[in-house]
Amino acid sequence: MHPLHRKLLRDLNHMKGQVAAIAVVIAAGVLVLVLGGTTLDALTLSRDRFYETYHFAQVFADLKRAPERVARGLAEVPGVDRVQTRVRAGVRLEVPGFDEPVRGLALSIPDGAQPRLNRLALRQGGLPAPGRHDQVVISEPFAQAHDLRPGDGFTVILNGRQERLLVSGVALSPEFVYQVGPGDLLPDYRRFGVLWMNRSGLARAMDLDGAFNNVVLGLRPGTDPRTVIGAVDHHLAPYGGIGAISREDQLSHRFLEDELGQLRVNATVLPVIFLGVAAFLLNVLVARVIRTQRQQVALLKAFGYDPRQLAVHYGLFTLVIVALGVVLGVLLGMWAAEALAGVYAQYYRFPQMGFRLQPGVVLLGVAVALGAGLLGTAQAVAGVMRMAPAEAMQPPAPERFRAGWVDRSGIGRLLSQPSRIILRNLGRHRLKAGLSMVGIALSGSLLMVGSYQFGAVDQLLDLQYRKVLTMDLQVGFTEPTSERVLASLRAAPGVRFAEGFRSVPVRLIHGHREERSVLLGMETHPQLRGVLDADQAPVALPPGGVLLTGYLAQSLHLSPGDTLQVEVLEGHRRTRSLELAGIIHEPIGTGAYMERRALNRLMGEGPALSGAWLLVDEARMQTLFDTLWRAPRIAEISRMDVLEGRFRDYIQGTLLVMMGILLTMAGSITFAVAYNNARIAFAERSRELATLRVLGFSRGEVGWILIGEMGLITLLAIPLAWLLGTGLVIWLNQALAADLFRLPLAFTPRIYAFSAAGVLLATALSMLLIGRRLYHLDMLSALKTTE
Amino acid sequence: MPTIPAADGDVVFCARGITRTYVMGEVHIQALRGVDLDLYAGELAVMLGASGSGKSTLLNILGGLDRPTTGSVRYRGQELSGAPDRALTRFRREHVGFVFQFYNLISSLTARENVAVVTEIARDPMTPEAALALVGLEARMDHFPSQLSGGEQQRVAIARAVAKRPAVLLCDEPTGALDSRTGTRVLEVLQEINTRFGTTTAVITHNAVIGDMADRVIRVADGRVQETWRNTRRRAPSELVW
Repeated sequence: MHPLHRKLLRDLNHMKGQVAAIAVVIAAGVLVLVLGGTTLDALTLSRDRFYETYHFAQVFADLKRAPERVARGLAEVPGVDRVQTRVRAGVRLEVPGFDEPVRGLALSIPDGAQPRLNRLALRQGGLPAPGRHDQVVISEPFAQAHDLRPGDGFTVILNGRQERLLVSGVALSPEFVYQVGPGDLLPDYRRFGVLWMNRSGLARAMDLDGAFNNVVLGLRPGTDPRTVIGAVDHHLAPYGGIGAISREDQLSHRFLEDELGQLRVNATVLPVIFLGVAAFLLNVLVARVIRTQRQQVALLKAFGYDPRQLAVHYGLFTLVIVALGVVLGVLLGMWAAEALAGVYAQYYRFPQMGFRLQPGVVLLGVAVALGAGLLGTAQAVAGVMRMAPAEAMQPPAPERFRAGWVDRSGIGRLLSQPSRIILRNLGRHRLKAGLSMVGIALSGSLLMVGSYQFGAVDQLLDLQYRKVLTMDLQVGFTEPTSERVLASLRAAPGVRFAEGFRSVPVRLIHGHREERSVLLGMETHPQLRGVLDADQAPVALPPGGVLLTGYLAQSLHLSPGDTLQVEVLEGHRRTRSLELAGIIHEPIGTGAYMERRALNRLMGEGPALSGAWLLVDEARMQTLFDTLWRAPRIAEISRMDVLEGRFRDYIQGTLLVMMGILLTMAGSITFAVAYNNARIAFAERSRELATLRVLGFSRGEVGWILIGEMGLITLLAIPLAWLLGTGLVIWLNQALAADLFRLPLAFTPRIYAFSAAGVLLATALSMLLIGRRLYHLDMLSALKTTE
Repeated sequence: MPTIPAADGDVVFCARGITRTYVMGEVHIQALRGVDLDLYAGELAVMLGASGSGKSTLLNILGGLDRPTTGSVRYRGQELSGAPDRALTRFRREHVGFVFQFYNLISSLTARENVAVVTEIARDPMTPEAALALVGLEARMDHFPSQLSGGEQQRVAIARAVAKRPAVLLCDEPTGALDSRTGTRVLEVLQEINTRFGTTTAVITHNAVIGDMADRVIRVADGRVQETWRNTRRRAPSELVW
């Protein structure tokens, strides 16, 4: 082995603490990159495969009832490739062993055959046999939640008639990757399921023989869905069509896209921050490590090694560290990605999750880390190379210092000599101190980002479930119902208070922008549903005009006072111009709100309700459930505490798992930076420290110089960390905002304290480790060596 | 030049049978192989020896920077060889002034502040200004080491060593890094301190000529004291030529 290589190995072994710390920094950056990239890739890949293999439709339309021949007209619309008409029905289920209400969505498939679009990925069993009206395919998550298998049976109430169904198969559909009930934000597999039945049976039950009430279309490549939607709407208008939608607005797809959008932020923004910080630190650390080897470099140069050989030698040194970091990062990243994808798989159901390590991601990580490392190496080696070997081996001339403003001010005279040493060192090495400070501040800002998300999630849930949704139960009626129903609800057992609401699906249009939403009509001063302004104070609903969630108003580019078009997607599709009367703040969902009677007028109806909110005596909850569930007009009952629990599980499962990993990484980086700073500071000062020991200073007094310097840098870094962290939080917060939820931008003292405490702890821990070295400081070598 | 007859003065250091073995990996290096030595109050002793003779090890042990492997070292009757670290630190702080070959100044402190480093922790020090005046540097007190010549830096180091009025001044090759003219100036300062304050001074050097300025010369070789002799007349540093 070449002696230089042997030296390389020995150096690495000798500096293993520092090498490990730098490798951890790189590993953290690469881990986050691999984690985000792989998870994003796995989800995107699984989605694309699923959509393609199972012919996911591109246009979707609901209507009241159209004869089958209308489909021929649809097939002739330019750009349309395939048409699949369907019967679609909301149903209620009674599943053995589960005494709560279960909602279902029944969809038809051609008798005994796969549909042309949205084909089923069968997981167990098979399709219903042709002509069998009692056989059904059920969605896999629903089957798993109730432990249903082919051959099991349950009861369904279909168009008011009770029927007994047998499970023939269990399947997944590209239409229900994200399987949520109508109006829900999060899946509840126990309380909502999808059923596929033979067309003939379902049509007969729904009185739709020879007709359809739902149609999906596949398009030829390159076709603009908007032109097709216009033509489809035209064809279906006479049949009670309520407006076709493109894939973009399809519920499951939209949630999946939102999630992928958030993940894309996590997979790009955060790794950029992490890898950037890691690269910066690597650059600084490698350069400083090499500078401590100044005399060795000079010696080798004196022996006749040419600069290129030495550059290669130190380049290898860097390469080994980078390689260690990258391998560690990739392994941990893959492991974490698999865990995270497992969490996502609970919410997004694909027949298979395609997992692959992307060479591109790894290469990017290697390139950034290696680039930063080699740059630092080159700078340091070049600096040493510029010196004549003799000069570099000489005892270095004392560093040049000059008195600073502190000395000239009155404070200067009060300082002890050790404190003066600290200040002068910092003043002399402003760049070095500045870089250390920035390094610590960056890692502190990462800590802040992590802790912010944890705090913000709690705040979000508190806001949503303590101040916005203050009801215990929400019940939905099968169709708009007279407000007289409130009297009977109030009389139901256990109900302490009831308040009605009207909800209408709408399309909100402003210029060329449009969003689908639900327009919720409620009392002027609702008691059970908070409508809050920016200060979380309740807002009264204006007699006319509409209130929008801030996020929705923003995406429609609307300000209070602007006029927007509201297209009702129910009954007669009216379009009205309304004024945006104000903006309200709520963290979950995107809603539009009106005074209920004003909404009734808009709909051209009497005082009707879509549902009611109830306050309930907890002890009589079960009796109430039983009573309500027997009432024919009630289509859904939601418990707010169950919803909150589901939301908490979801956020903890997805966002917080990612954040937990990031927080761990941020902690490791903080420690690695502090430790390396301390190690290098110790190496640079050890001669001075030993001299002071010889002069009769105790270990504690000498330690103060080192601790004081590091401590001062750390203290100065903390405000900077706060500043950077605040910026990152604002950035991340905006990047992560989505229809599903927006984290409140809450800068609590806790997150600042967490960041400061993390940084201080890392510094203290490093000091403790350095203290061991200080204890064994060799006084004698200080007298003989020159550096 | 007055000569202090120190034949049987008070014994400041009394070393008996000291050995020092360093274990470097698997190799044992015997730096001292049984040294008996007394240093007397007020004398200027020069320890002569080639590089590797063990003279620095001996000085380090006397100064409380190192401990003998066997044997005993007493400072004014107080045993140093088994003393705990804390006691040795206090010993150095209160009684010993060090001067090193490479000066070991703190580069971030001015001349005055380098001296103040020691006076701040000493019991009855002179002022840094007085100490620097003693070595003729009153005009350069606010200069940083980088603004001083090698000889000036060494004089700052001497001022730092004497400012606490130590009982003992230990100098390890104080002229080793200096040219002869500058070295002479440094030796003059050492001699003046010794004469004026009666500070027991031990200078180690490989330069035999320097022995002529001492009261007593101790020649060290192979880890042992080979011979000692007393000069009948101390020569002034200016008379020395090397």
